[in-house]
Amino acid sequence: MTTDFTVINDWIDRDIRVLDLGCGDGSLLAHLIKTRNICGYGLEIDPGSIQVCIGKGLNVIEQDLNSGLHNFADNSFDSVIMTQALQVMRYPHLVLDEMLRIGQQCIVTFPNFGHWRTRTDLGFRGRMPVTQQLAYEWYDTPNIHFFTYTDFEALCYQRNIRILQRHCISQGILDRCLQKIWPNLFTETAVYHLSR
Amino acid sequence: MSAYDEHSVGLVDTDVLHIDKPIKLACGIVLAEHHLYFETYGRLNSERSNAILICHALSGSHHAAGWHAGDRKPGWWDHYIGPGKAMDTERFFIVSPNNIGSCFGSTGPMTINPETEKPWGPDFPPLRARDWMESQKMLMSHFAIDCWAAVVGGSLGGMQAMRWSLEYPEKLLNSIVIASAMKLSAQNIAFNEIARRAIKSDPDYLSGRYLEEHSVPRRGLALARMIGHVTYLSDVAMAEKFGRELHSGNFLVGKTDPIEFQIESYLNYQGDKFADDFDANTYILITKMLDYFDLSREYCHDPVEAFKHASCNFLVISFTSDWRFPAQRSREITDALIGAGKNVSYAEIQSDQGHDAFLLPNQRYEKILGGYLSRVADRLGVVDE
Repeated sequence: MTTDFTVINDWIDRDIRVLDLGCGDGSLLAHLIKTRNICGYGLEIDPGSIQVCIGKGLNVIEQDLNSGLHNFADNSFDSVIMTQALQVMRYPHLVLDEMLRIGQQCIVTFPNFGHWRTRTDLGFRGRMPVTQQLAYEWYDTPNIHFFTYTDFEALCYQRNIRILQRHCISQGILDRCLQKIWPNLFTETAVYHLSR
Repeated sequence: MSAYDEHSVGLVDTDVLHIDKPIKLACGIVLAEHHLYFETYGRLNSERSNAILICHALSGSHHAAGWHAGDRKPGWWDHYIGPGKAMDTERFFIVSPNNIGSCFGSTGPMTINPETEKPWGPDFPPLRARDWMESQKMLMSHFAIDCWAAVVGGSLGGMQAMRWSLEYPEKLLNSIVIASAMKLSAQNIAFNEIARRAIKSDPDYLSGRYLEEHSVPRRGLALARMIGHVTYLSDVAMAEKFGRELHSGNFLVGKTDPIEFQIESYLNYQGDKFADDFDANTYILITKMLDYFDLSREYCHDPVEAFKHASCNFLVISFTSDWRFPAQRSREITDALIGAGKNVSYAEIQSDQGHDAFLLPNQRYEKILGGYLSRVADRLGVVDE
């Protein structure tokens, strides 16, 4: 099955410099080092995740993304990646600007709040959705911005961000058949390849 | 010996290496011969690949771990060196020298200058971190070690670990830089100069020739240490440890006994103890060495350019309440390493212990350092003994 890893893997050239924002336990970095021989660095704030990365021998830097990325020079990386973390940022649009300043290209993945299941939860049940992608109750979620596939496309248009490629990921067969027609309704995870 | 716990290296001996090979110091002066006091912990493997070099800081010595007979305290980095500790002596062979210019036995201001047959005193040549490195390299040859598994140090020790990575990139696999900086700030130099002036103002200093006159500038040295000590602690740590607690006297009406706060008593004690153990000329010499250090001076003052000469992996660690070598200084090291495309991990350890945190127990610090080195040992194929 297609995962965000396999999609990202296809969009990454060999031997390039990659910065992974919010790298978690470093799985993606480890994967890309293995398959693409990248020179990768991960930024992370969670002590537990940093410990895991160090144990794997990955380059992990303790840094809070919300306090900015000023320490990184313009175009100092070939690719800047952020998986499933944009919705956690205080100012997602400014983070995107920073990513595009630091990297020649960017890859962003996020949970699509426009998926029919979340819409059903909110529209019919009148409850904030708790799904596999958004697996938190409303009162203790780190996700402070909910947005959809269409919202993200609009933001890119508004801020002159070029969408090089996009990919929709869903688990269900029905979703996968219909996402080409109604991506906003049938995409669980959206993966974007961006540049200025 | 059962008196020591299972994670202690136990009773340790100090060795001395006499080095006949002349060493040309950065200032141009040649030391025809010198000797180094050192200790080792753990065992060197047959491939000679599991050696870690410990670089001490301003007031450190070769006695980094374990106990000397009759001592009340173990070595200065005992929390982190021992069987099963972050620097695991069951996997690594730890080499800890007392560097030249220091006062714990190695050639320095307190030893005899063969030319004058008097103590070197204030005439000991000015030193730079690279001189320590050159002398450590001679100790490395003594053990026939070709490449350090890691060079590790805090503060001035971190500066040596960085210098090694630039000067002898093929001689180390990892450089571990803790609570350090690529150069001192004006404020750092200012504190050092106040300390030096305190020493020189002591009438017993005798222009540095106190040893010949059998005198010791204890007051000046104690004052220098008190100033230094305040900068190694944090406001929070001092408030927590001492607050405004009184050591003697009280504020009751009718009581005119002198009032002394705990912090005053503590600082005076620390100062006096230091004056017993340390040497004034050494303090001046090594604080100057700190002031002179500038990692990228020879690289057009461009740290990225400097680190391009390195080929080892780096671990950089800082502590949140350290204001002598603030986290920002470590961030600059890390950023330069990333800019140079080097392998680096960076952790900022939550601590309210100030600069001293690098010597004190801290669970996260232990895990980061231990986790990193355990990976180093795995890669080298070093197994537990």
